[in-house]
Amino acid sequence: MANYLTTAAALTFNGVSFGMILFLISSGLTVTLGVMRLVNLAHCGFAMIGGYIALTAMDYLGLGLLAALPVAIIGTMIIAVAIEGTLFRWVYGVSELNQILMTIGLVFVMVALCNIVFGPLLHALAVPSWLVGNLELGGVTVSIYRCFLVVVSGLIAIGIWYVVERTDFGARLRAAVDNPRMARCAGIDVRRIFSVTFAAGCGLAAAGGVLGTQMLPLEPYYALSNLILVLIVVATGGLGSLKGSFAAALIIGVIDTYGRYILPSGGGFVMYAIVLVLLLARPQGLFARA
Amino acid sequence: MTAAEPARDSAPAPSAVADFRAQARWQWYEPLFWLGAIAWYFLLPTYLPLGTQILATALFALSLDLILGYGGIVSLGHTTFFGVGAYTAGLLARYGWQEPISCLVAAGLLAAFAGWICSFVIVRVQGIALLLVTLGINLVLYEAANKAYKITGGADGLQGIEFSPLLGMFHFDMLGRTAYLYTLIVVFLVFLVARRIVYSPFGLALRGMRENWKRMPALGAGLRRHGALIFVLSAAIAGIAGALLAESVQFVALDSLAVQRSVDVLTMLIVGGTGVLYGSFVGAVVYMVARDQLADLNPAYWYFWIGLMLVLVVLFTRNGVVGALADSAAWVQRKRGRGPAP
Repeated sequence: MANYLTTAAALTFNGVSFGMILFLISSGLTVTLGVMRLVNLAHCGFAMIGGYIALTAMDYLGLGLLAALPVAIIGTMIIAVAIEGTLFRWVYGVSELNQILMTIGLVFVMVALCNIVFGPLLHALAVPSWLVGNLELGGVTVSIYRCFLVVVSGLIAIGIWYVVERTDFGARLRAAVDNPRMARCAGIDVRRIFSVTFAAGCGLAAAGGVLGTQMLPLEPYYALSNLILVLIVVATGGLGSLKGSFAAALIIGVIDTYGRYILPSGGGFVMYAIVLVLLLARPQGLFARA
Repeated sequence: MTAAEPARDSAPAPSAVADFRAQARWQWYEPLFWLGAIAWYFLLPTYLPLGTQILATALFALSLDLILGYGGIVSLGHTTFFGVGAYTAGLLARYGWQEPISCLVAAGLLAAFAGWICSFVIVRVQGIALLLVTLGINLVLYEAANKAYKITGGADGLQGIEFSPLLGMFHFDMLGRTAYLYTLIVVFLVFLVARRIVYSPFGLALRGMRENWKRMPALGAGLRRHGALIFVLSAAIAGIAGALLAESVQFVALDSLAVQRSVDVLTMLIVGGTGVLYGSFVGAVVYMVARDQLADLNPAYWYFWIGLMLVLVVLFTRNGVVGALADSAAWVQRKRGRGPAP
């Protein structure tokens, strides 16, 4: 009995840490969708770009993972601002279909460029030596790195919560999510808010991409193969709802981890089945505001 | 293109009906197009297998056009039904039923059934959830076919399938002559059906649905019912396209269920143009010929070009190649109308 409990505890813990990474990657997309109704399928690509920037920084500048993290975040944000200012400007307000197509095209270009520049091999960024190894927490063995991930991602999530709920910028952002037209009438520069949020979201995705390579290894098809996970988080969480995304990411992380443990040959079946049922019951997502 | 748009504003009813009838009339370029397909048979005998693949793929793109271009339902997993059709025909042949035409019908029916099941979810979700559901269904089926290798052959595909001669007379020859003509005839017949659907009152209701999701119910149109019906029809056509390809190459690859193919067909349709029927054919020709010519290229580069193509088409053309042609034709006409007059 105790055996089952420790296994369950370890699985839950692994699921939660995976969910945290999912939240980091998908939070930006949730807000982009909520504020600008921009279906950005290339969002996962920014996580990949962050990962590759960190890889380059670690290989050529000899930085450690934690030193490479800010480099990757800032680099990705610069690229994101450049892409937002040029390509995405064109597709605001055009049909959802065109946004989907444009961003899918962008994903292909990203995938191809990463494949050409970095080659098709899988990479996992090296973890600093003081984070390697396992911890015994009440009879449950957990990896130190995953503990670190939960703490860091938790802090970031609290930071996001603080900015969105407690600052002036956050209030304007929430207004823009709730009703962009009304927010504009009230003198809020929705476009600017969006640009800032877009860049921040891509930075968060980059952080998720860099920190999560132990679970989602870096490869050129990263942007495509992890897209479905991110979409699941956003769709089940509900548009524009960060709280919903957070909860959905944790739930999906845990379900996926359990599913792969109980039915290893089933791949992601368990999760897809559950998500399908969820979406049938609540097409607007679990936590959508009515 | 301007003529193909539904009459807006408050045009008097009789002229609206006449307008609607006029849209359904055959245009001068339509027979030309099909004559071109026949000419391919005589002029490019060594490219018949490629031609067959293009025709089957164009039919697949056409099925996507019905839901996307006319119904406004974006699917990232339409190859689900293409794969169901291909595997139906392949498995039937493998287990002893080798008559090609009945295989085709069975594939269409089974794909329609699969579409019917899926339609319950499809018509209830929109936006990102719709993308997710279509993609999810596709992924699940792909994994299932991959795992069930005892039946499907898994990653090796369904090999060594054979079909009996068409109508008991025409063998599927090595040069692909029978396959080409057979595919051309089936594609043409299905195209006629699709054309009839598109220019029927039902087709008009679909376009209304695409243009304004909220106003159509106010006019008394049942969105979910229409959406489900076109989805089932589209699934059936995709299934037929899959079976056609399986019969002409005598092989079903696991690739026919890969998400990549869903995205490929979407790319073709967009490059060709949506909601104009022939867009799927133009797109399939451009895409497949380009891929055939660039076959030696590193696949990574191919992705780069597809991606660039998608971005450029969305940014700079109104509706793919067909849209660009229509626009430039209109531009020439305007110039000519203005030009010679002093």
